[in-house]
Amino acid sequence: MSETLTLLYGVIAFMLIAAIVAVETRDLLSSVLCLGALGFGLALVDLIVGAPDLALTQVVVEIFAVVLLIRTVVAREDTTKEFIRDTPHVAAMGAVIMAILLGAYLCFQQLTPFGDPPMIMGASYMRAAQQAGATNLVTAVLLDFRAYDTLGEATVIFAAIMGCYALLRTRGKKEQS
Amino acid sequence: MRGMTPIVKTITALLIGFIMLFGFYVILTGHLSPGGGFAGGVICAAGLLLVVLAFGADTVKERMGHNMAVLWEGLGAIGFLAVALLGFITGTFFAHFVPHNLGVRLFTGGSMPYLNLAIGLKVGAGLFGAFLMLAAFREAERGGRDKGEGDRS
Repeated sequence: MSETLTLLYGVIAFMLIAAIVAVETRDLLSSVLCLGALGFGLALVDLIVGAPDLALTQVVVEIFAVVLLIRTVVAREDTTKEFIRDTPHVAAMGAVIMAILLGAYLCFQQLTPFGDPPMIMGASYMRAAQQAGATNLVTAVLLDFRAYDTLGEATVIFAAIMGCYALLRTRGKKEQS
Repeated sequence: MRGMTPIVKTITALLIGFIMLFGFYVILTGHLSPGGGFAGGVICAAGLLLVVLAFGADTVKERMGHNMAVLWEGLGAIGFLAVALLGFITGTFFAHFVPHNLGVRLFTGGSMPYLNLAIGLKVGAGLFGAFLMLAAFREAERGGRDKGEGDRS
């Protein structure tokens, strides 16, 4: 196993532990912090597999999200949550875990090995990026060859923020008593 | 939401310029180095978030209200479409309407830096507005209403 792959598996194991702790802990604040650790682990994975653009975005978005969540959680007085642990719930959880494992087994039989993608970005893309005058190939793809995709993404963000405003506005809402 | 201690306020006042400068650096050099409109916009939004947390929502409300975030987000969205539509000058939708080499090192890549700038404005203002909605103003209003003070208008 190569060194990169070992490092990758180590970070993924850390992320798995963080995710399990985030789900299982009783304190909401600890849960949010574990979520932050999970996000920074994801940024490390992005760096290891060679996606610096995505890693930068992931780090800043994670900081933003963790600060926002901590701000929201700390404002509540009671930050613990109740767990229900009776037989039907445990059985359902076991069934879901079994289904996920079975699905993962079936998926991994179909996947190509790591680092050997089925779609390879052609050499024509590289030449076109040089013509586009951008040394960052990702931006050349995002804003030149696939600009319609970016327009769609921008529209999605716009719609999401507008929906957020519409749901959370304090002016113009009818008072519920 | 009240502000924090004078230490935090002083450090924030010293650092906020550099944070915003770094955000705009990431936006403007998005086509040359890792980064781009989205990441730079979120950096700018996080800097503004730091200001809100350090100085309190009331101070921020006086200087730059929620309407400002909405305005800048709309400008960013319209700017993105406008740069795309300006492609009709030379050809089709999204065509580069400026030459690829202007003689300035930064502005290579045709219309890419302008698209990045529009995305940065949109994402930064949008996320900051969402934060104001979710965390800061809502809580201030709720606190005011619980105490029975505050004429909401």
